[in-house]
Amino acid sequence: MSQNLSRRSALKAGAFGVGAAVLPTLSAFAAPDTVAQTNAAMKKYTGGKVPMKGKIKLDLPQIAENGNTVPMGVSVDSPMTPASYVKEVRVFVSKNPLPIAVTFLFTPESGAAKASTHIRLAATQDVIAVAKMSDGTFYSDTKNCKVTIGGCGG
Amino acid sequence: MSAGSFRAMLSAVSLAAWAFGFMPSSVLAVDAKPPVTAAATAAAYVPKGIPAPPGSVFKTLFSGYQFRSKDTRAMQDDDFSNPGMLALDPAATEWTKVDGAAGKSCSSCHGDATKTMKGVSATMPKWNARLKRPVTLEEQINFCRTDYMKAQPWKFKSDDLTNMATYIGYQSRGMPVHVKVDGPISPWVARGKALYYRRIGQLDMSCANCHEKYYGKHIRADTLSQGQTNDFPTYRLKAQHLVPLEQRLQGCMKNVRARPYKPFSKRFLALEVYIASRGEGLPVETPGVRN
Amino acid sequence: MSVPRMRVPKTAKKGEVITIKTLIEHPMESGFRKGKDGKLVPRMIINKFTATFNGKQFFAADLQPSVSANPFIEFDAKVDADGTFEFTWVDDKGTITKAQAKITVTA
Repeated sequence: MSQNLSRRSALKAGAFGVGAAVLPTLSAFAAPDTVAQTNAAMKKYTGGKVPMKGKIKLDLPQIAENGNTVPMGVSVDSPMTPASYVKEVRVFVSKNPLPIAVTFLFTPESGAAKASTHIRLAATQDVIAVAKMSDGTFYSDTKNCKVTIGGCGG
Repeated sequence: MSAGSFRAMLSAVSLAAWAFGFMPSSVLAVDAKPPVTAAATAAAYVPKGIPAPPGSVFKTLFSGYQFRSKDTRAMQDDDFSNPGMLALDPAATEWTKVDGAAGKSCSSCHGDATKTMKGVSATMPKWNARLKRPVTLEEQINFCRTDYMKAQPWKFKSDDLTNMATYIGYQSRGMPVHVKVDGPISPWVARGKALYYRRIGQLDMSCANCHEKYYGKHIRADTLSQGQTNDFPTYRLKAQHLVPLEQRLQGCMKNVRARPYKPFSKRFLALEVYIASRGEGLPVETPGVRN
Repeated sequence: MSVPRMRVPKTAKKGEVITIKTLIEHPMESGFRKGKDGKLVPRMIINKFTATFNGKQFFAADLQPSVSANPFIEFDAKVDADGTFEFTWVDDKGTITKAQAKITVTA
């Protein structure tokens, strides 16, 4: 993976994208305005509605040990009954080449709207989890995760 | 002075003390949020070590685990979140698979790995009387393949070899590292020691420059460890796969801009014997999770 | 894809919400990485994970290239009866990996 990239080419790539020095694997397309791209993707997802605060909690380290594997979890406060449950949680990332990281799809049989995985973060960025409830409302939580350029680990 | 500002001052003081690790974490009753800095997150956890054996250059031995973040430690601790554990099933299958002209599998000689391989990796690299030199675990696996199974050796960094080393290492998990350093192996320990302290590369650094003198300190945003090897093969978050020890050592050598040793070379062997001896008593953590 | 690893409790009380963890080996090639030859390595990821209980889907995940290699997925399930969980991973080449686990409901 990234260890195949020589220091010199990493530096060259760094001149074009902030993320390049951190995560060369995802840097090739870091140049476009990913924040605008993410905002557009979120707008499309909610149909223009502004998600409300509360109910949803995004777990993300404040500082990632390494951007290639960052533990990420979401949980939404919901009774999870057929009458009222969380349909989906979509996780958006603001500085990765693609705006969506993962979408979790829940049902009342999930018992709890809770899920976690490991994600890649190309640079220090905002991660936004948006919950789509069964009544058509949206809730969101945003966390910033610092992706550092390490000594030997980075 | 108003009560409010006094409280603020108190919390600032205890916060600072906490951030520098002077107070046990149970004292942290302030409701102010700690500053979001790498130093603060690192200080939140006090590394737990074990007393170093007599003659060690360290007072306390720390596994590299102790210098990792809460999330990375949690990932290693959870066998169903630690991606290194994915090596076990394929290697267990390989263990009983017949390969080579001799028509043998690992289990033909060694039986049930969960019993016979217990404690093995804790003592590697180990003196091999037949070869009259020490061998690493990876080398021993390949000697078994070529000499007894009459099969092709597995390549350095190949999934097969790294998975098998992880599977065998895992059988010793929790057992203390104990590498024999006296007897015929002693010249190798001495040679490894010389290599450990030899400055190499354009940056003119030795292993000791980082891992003996500055462990626990930051190298940019990263925390230096004591360079212990009790977690190998280890799952690196950066590489997103299991990394054998010699690959990691090659990484160090590239970082100081030296020419890395060749895999399975005599120099690596000597160095690995010596580094293992510096971790005498640390628990085997294979497969570890590191950044 | 190798044999997936799963943590599913063997028993649960009726109506209990249990936590399931799964781990599978996969490079999750993002499609944004250049290989040694300087050309982009084609995208090759697990794009869909589904979990069913007695044949009914109760959880799923749409994965993107932002998910790390060797995907780990943790989620919950409400167990009302004895039954079988089935987990399915599908990658860009259409390779399907399935795994099953049984659970017994105790009084």
